[in-house]
Amino acid sequence: MNLGPLAAIGAGLAVLGAGIGIGRIGGSAMEAIARQPEATGKIQTAMIIAAALIEGAALFAIVVSLLK
Amino acid sequence: MKFLKDYALVFVSVLLFNLNVTASEDAHTESKEEKFNPTEVILHHISDSHEWHIADWKNENGEEVHLTIPLPVIVICEGQFDVFLSSAFEHGHRDVIKGDKTYRLNHGHLEETSGASVLDFSITRNVASLFMSMLLLIWIFTASAKHYKSGIGAPKGIASFMEPLILFVRDDIAIPNIGEKHYARFLPFLLTIFFFIWINNLIGLVPFFPGGSNLTGNIAFTLVMSVITLIVTNVNANKDYWKHIFMPPVPVALWPIMIPVELIGVVSKPFALMIRLFANITAGHIIILSLVSLIFIFQTVWISPVSVAFVLFMNFIELLVAALQAYIFTLLTALFIGSGLVEHHHDHEEAHH
Repeated sequence: MNLGPLAAIGAGLAVLGAGIGIGRIGGSAMEAIARQPEATGKIQTAMIIAAALIEGAALFAIVVSLLK
Repeated sequence: MKFLKDYALVFVSVLLFNLNVTASEDAHTESKEEKFNPTEVILHHISDSHEWHIADWKNENGEEVHLTIPLPVIVICEGQFDVFLSSAFEHGHRDVIKGDKTYRLNHGHLEETSGASVLDFSITRNVASLFMSMLLLIWIFTASAKHYKSGIGAPKGIASFMEPLILFVRDDIAIPNIGEKHYARFLPFLLTIFFFIWINNLIGLVPFFPGGSNLTGNIAFTLVMSVITLIVTNVNANKDYWKHIFMPPVPVALWPIMIPVELIGVVSKPFALMIRLFANITAGHIIILSLVSLIFIFQTVWISPVSVAFVLFMNFIELLVAALQAYIFTLLTALFIGSGLVEHHHDHEEAHH
């Protein structure tokens, strides 16, 4: 059974999840910065860290689908 | 300092001295009409190889000319230690016979024809690129350090570029995560990881020699980096850390579940570091190569403005990703080291809750 198309769909789903997650983080970060502009630096740092962690999880899925 | 520059020059000139131009007629003109296979081309570009391929062109006779630097093959097979230049393989067309062992290059993978197990210690393209970036880093930082011999003052020259970056790693990564007391011990390690990963990412983005060797997209490289992080984190962790892993603060009945979970957690954090760096960089390279392959798939020159614009855009994003992934790797390493060094002054008695 040729798993190629299934792997591509799996990769797409993983990216969907990552997109939603990072989008939410970005959204809350924007709101927080709007409320308190002095804390922009700290909020930005935390946002980048959370985004990288989510992307790490999504990349697990990408690697698995690349193997197929 | 000067001797380092001389070593670097010698290294690069030895590499270039072996520059090999081979012209092959039959084997390649036959396959001139075969369809362009993007998967194969992309995989060939992001994987390692035993020679450094620089350029291809067609000379007046219509033959394809390949410009490559052959790299040394160092292999140990059943106790027999052989060293030879990979040009003996003639791009995989010939087997090399040393003593009673016949070596064959099978799609870039070195194997012995009678199936004996082979330990391949060759200087492949990734290893040569690692050496070059190592020399580059040593050069940059010894030049920066030399400035401070004459006393602390406003830096000039290369030190003026490095100093804000080094202070950034110290003030924003090391101190907040490891704490004032212990950060100095780990700062050299964190600085090394940060700049090493960053410079290897950047060199991988350059499409021509001496770049374009995709070292950080090699999972063996990221594996070693994360194993080093694992070792540094756990060797330097204090008793509280290990107590939390082997005697977690939950009712004893849950320990058979919690202890394996904690142990897996110890390993999975560096594992995630490895996968994150590898997949980010490799995915970026695959995207750029795919966009360039669009031109060859559609076989028309009108695609090229679109393709080049996309590739330019992706390259800018990749520049950001190069720095970001180095920062994230360093930050998470500092976080793990710091979490092993936290000193708790709480007690686990339930009466105090």
